[in-house]
Parts: sequence; structure tokens; C-alpha cells
Amino acid sequence: MSNNQLTTNTPKANRHDHLIIKSMISPNARVLDIGCGDGALLELLRTEKNIDGRGIEISQKNVNHAVAKGLSVIQGDADSDLVNYPDKSFDYAVLSLTIQATKNPKLVLEQLLRIADYAIVSFPNFGHWKIRWQIMAFGRMPVTDKLPEQWYDTPNIHFCTVKDFASLCKTVNANIEEAISINGSGKELSNDIPFFIHNLLGREAVFLLSKNK
Amino acid sequence: MTNHQNSPDHSNDLTDKAQTRHGSPSQNITFENTELKLESGATLSPFTIAYESYGTLNADKSNAILVCHALTGDQYVASTHPVTGKEGWWETLVGPGKPIDTDKYFVICTNVIGGCMGSTGPASINPETGKTYGLDFPVITIGDMVNAQVHLIDKLGIDQLFSVIGGSMGGMQVLQWASKYSSRVFSAIPIATAARHSSQNIAFHEVGRQAVMADPEWKSGRYLEESTNPRKGLAVARMAAHITYLSDEALHSKFGRNLQEREKITFGFDADFQVESYLRHQGFRFVDRFDANSYLYITRAMDYFDLFAEHDGVLAGAFKDTQTRFCVVSFTSDWLFPTRESRQIVHALTANAANVSFVDIESDKGHDAFLLNEPEMFSAIEGFISAAAKQKGLSESDNHKEIS
Repeated sequence: MSNNQLTTNTPKANRHDHLIIKSMISPNARVLDIGCGDGALLELLRTEKNIDGRGIEISQKNVNHAVAKGLSVIQGDADSDLVNYPDKSFDYAVLSLTIQATKNPKLVLEQLLRIADYAIVSFPNFGHWKIRWQIMAFGRMPVTDKLPEQWYDTPNIHFCTVKDFASLCKTVNANIEEAISINGSGKELSNDIPFFIHNLLGREAVFLLSKNK
Repeated sequence: MTNHQNSPDHSNDLTDKAQTRHGSPSQNITFENTELKLESGATLSPFTIAYESYGTLNADKSNAILVCHALTGDQYVASTHPVTGKEGWWETLVGPGKPIDTDKYFVICTNVIGGCMGSTGPASINPETGKTYGLDFPVITIGDMVNAQVHLIDKLGIDQLFSVIGGSMGGMQVLQWASKYSSRVFSAIPIATAARHSSQNIAFHEVGRQAVMADPEWKSGRYLEESTNPRKGLAVARMAAHITYLSDEALHSKFGRNLQEREKITFGFDADFQVESYLRHQGFRFVDRFDANSYLYITRAMDYFDLFAEHDGVLAGAFKDTQTRFCVVSFTSDWLFPTRESRQIVHALTANAANVSFVDIESDKGHDAFLLNEPEMFSAIEGFISAAAKQKGLSESDNHKEIS
């Protein structure tokens, strides 16, 4: 791999869920991004919110890219490595589009709430109408542009709907401070519409959680 | 070579010298009236530290990077070696415009205590006897090496090092610095290293030491007085060690079973195979530049290194509340200091919520990879250092200010 490939940072549009996560995070916060990929969100938060950020990423290639960009990222796994972090060592623990790929989402969520004051979780909503439609109409596991893998080679082993996630929050005694869903064109759904519509029209959802005292 | 080589420096103009003589062959400083208290309980006094420096120390002395060398390395990190005439051992990484940019940073590399390139070691004169120390030289540790470096850094008036970097035994020194002198280390880059020397590595070192001591010319360590030289023993030690720096893959792709300047095997014990010839060459080239007793002492220092034990078996204790930023680097084919040992360091650091980056570089070059052209390592180090510089507020203008 050439030096060039590693350091080149082609500008690309920010992910919708990243922009929402950014809006939830206060400036100068300490942020742990679990499943940070090549560090796009950390970089965005560093530039625009002056955060003190750390990342964990499972792909070594992504880690090396992120470190070359000057980000503090280690190779690791949400399922096994969060236990190493001390309690309340961050203001925010972010899990963006990663929870569905963890082996034990409940434990991971509990760890997030232990490590940080706030947990921010974004995930693809399996209750989205397109997904429901594919199962209902074709009787096949859904494949969409955002979830392009076939059932046998997807890393996403624990899909959930917005409703499912809200119920997990209750189970782990997490307080939902804010919940935002975005539709297929990346627009935020209004908070005025009923919850079941979010569960139907939201392609992705972002939850800001705190630990119930 | 200049006439400064090996001339003790008792003057106080050291920093002036340091800034005017960057890049030139070794400077050294002798601490005449300072006792270096060793971990064994012994003391070393006087002691000399030979070092090289490159670049310019800025006005507030905040841009210094200490490079720590490995077992058989020395202070010639980015300048021509006076004995071998070869270029510096880390010129791929250190120099103008390189990832450790000597146009921006003041880079220091010292010969470790116990070494044989100008710092006090077993080949130095023991002031009590007027003869070379030989085995009367006290056993030294990685901690002692670092404590000696601290004396030099103090003398240079540097309060906090911007970074400490090193591979293998150099990485052990980095960890020791970060553990014991945390507040004096802004960032740390331990590469291909471990927080304690493994049983396997101690075993390899023991083979090397026994090879040296089995050479009749070693004369119980008094070969300098007897005008002998345990060349064969030291060469064998180097040959055995050299294998551990490579990998099966690297040896296979470099040599395979190729024969050395012959069509077929000779049914004898000549170096039939290229790999044999290569190892013999490595062994005999090494003895020209290295002292056999230094080899014993420095391997011992590595064997004794154990940051776990110093903190009741919990490595996290070595980095309690550290504010240092870390970049831990390992290589996939390194079986001497395998990735899992770097990962232990990373886990200990995360347990302290430390600021840590960790890259495991895909390479088939084995342990040696840290000294070779590994673009991914360079880009990781460069990215880490420039982010750290920003954090520390090392601006361009600062870097070009001279000491007035």
C-alpha cells in the first residue's frame, strides 16, 4: 500500500446519522466512537466540535487510515474490548451503525452506559417499510442499497426495529433523552408524528441515552 | 569524526554545542560528580553519555524527540556510522522532511549505558582499578538506561520531551519513560516491543550469552587486557539472534534453499546454502562494531525488564492517570515481540482511559520490519506526531526560533 493512498483524504458527503450525532454532542467533550471505521465521524467532531476523541475499530486497515489522519484509534472489538475502559471515562460513547453487528447488543449497550455519561446509538431500522415489503411481498430476506449483503454474508447479525431498540433501552434501564429517525432521503422525521410512523418510515434512527439513576 | 569524539565535556556550554553541532558525529557528556544510582543498588560514577542530535531545539525547548535504540543499535540514528560507514539506522524515519522531521524537531539519540559507542559500559575504564570494567561493570537495567538519559535531558534544560520513540529494546525504554517520567513525556511511540521480556526471548538471549562465554578468547570477560577478542562467540550469538529478527516467510523468500556460489551441495560443512553464508556474514560484520561484554549486559537488561512485576502484576498500574499520548505499533509477522504483547500495552492504557492509538502493520519482514521501509508505519507515525504537535501547540514559527 502506498503512502499516498493512506494519507489522501477525499472529501465526501457526511453520513446523515453522523450529522445528527454531531448535533447531540457538546463542544470539547470526550468521545469514544466504537466501530469508528476510518474515523470520519471523529474527524468531523474534532474539526467542528473540538472534541477529545478516541476510536475502536475492528478492521486494522481502517485503524491504520485513521491513525495516519492523526486520530487516536485502536484495533478492537465492541464485544470484547469495552470491558477494559474505566467507568465514566467519557462524556459520550458513540455506536454508529454498529450495534446490529455486535454479538451481544445488550451487553454492549450496558457497557456504553457504564463508560460514558451519554450513549449515542444509531442503527438501521428493520421496521422500515421497504424491508417489511420485501419480506411480505417476496418472502425473502431484504437486500437494500443501505443493507446490500445477502443474509449469508452480512456482518449484521442482530437487526432490530426502532420499537425493539426502545424496548431494549427500557430493559437496560436507559433513559431516552432524544430519538431521531431519518427517512430514505436522509430527512429527519418530525417528532410530532406518531411513534409507529417512525418505525415504518425511518430508515435509520439515532438515540441519545443516559443511565437512569 | 571530529576531535570532540570521546572528549569529556565538563563545560556548561552543552546546549550551545548541542544547537551548533547538529548532525555531526557524537557529542558526549561526562557526569563527573553525579552518581547514577542503579536498580541493582550499585552506583556508577562518573558516567559518560554519548549522543547524537539533529535539528534545533526551539526557544522554549518544547520540540525535543528522544529516539531510543535497540539492543545492538547506537546513537547514529540518522548519521553515518563511524565504524561501518553505513547510513544511520533509522534514516528512513528520521531526517529533514521525514516523518520525524529534523527541520521541525530537535532529535536526540543516546548510546545506552552499558553500550560500547561512547557511553559508559563494560569496556570503559573503571576508575577504581584503572583497568577496563569487564565483568566488574554493574548489571544495568532498562530503568538505569532511562535514568541516565534523564540526566542528559536535564542537562539540556528540557523539561518535557515532545516525544519518545523506539523499537524493540528502544520501545522498552519508551515504556519506562512513559511509566516513570509520565509528566516529562508528551507523547510516546513504543514499536515492536513488550512491557516484559518473554521467557522465549530470555532463552534466546541466554544462548547468545553462552556462545560468547564459551569462546576461549572471552577470558572471563578480561579479553581487552589479554588482547584477545571473542569474535567467534559473539558472531554465533549474533547469528542466533538475527534469525529471531526475521521470519520464516522472509527467509524463505530471500534465500529459499538456494546454494551459495555453487552448483550442488558439497557434502561438507561449508556454507553451502545462501542463508548460511548470509548469517555468517551478519555475525562477522557485527563483531567489528560491538563489544562482547556490552552484548552480555544489554541482553541482561532486556531480560530483567518487567513493568508488570513492578506493579503487582497489573500493567495498568504502570500508566496510572497518564496524560501522555501513545501510538503503539506492532507487526503481524513479528514473533519475537508479537502483536499480542503490544495489545497488552494497549489494554493497560485503555484501562487508564489514556489517549492511545494502535496499529498492527501487515508485514512479512518479522521483528526487523521496524527498521525497514514500511510505508504504513511511516504514515501512522507521521499522522500521530503531527496531531500531537498540534495538541502541544508546536507551531511552525516556534520551530525555527533559535536559542538566543
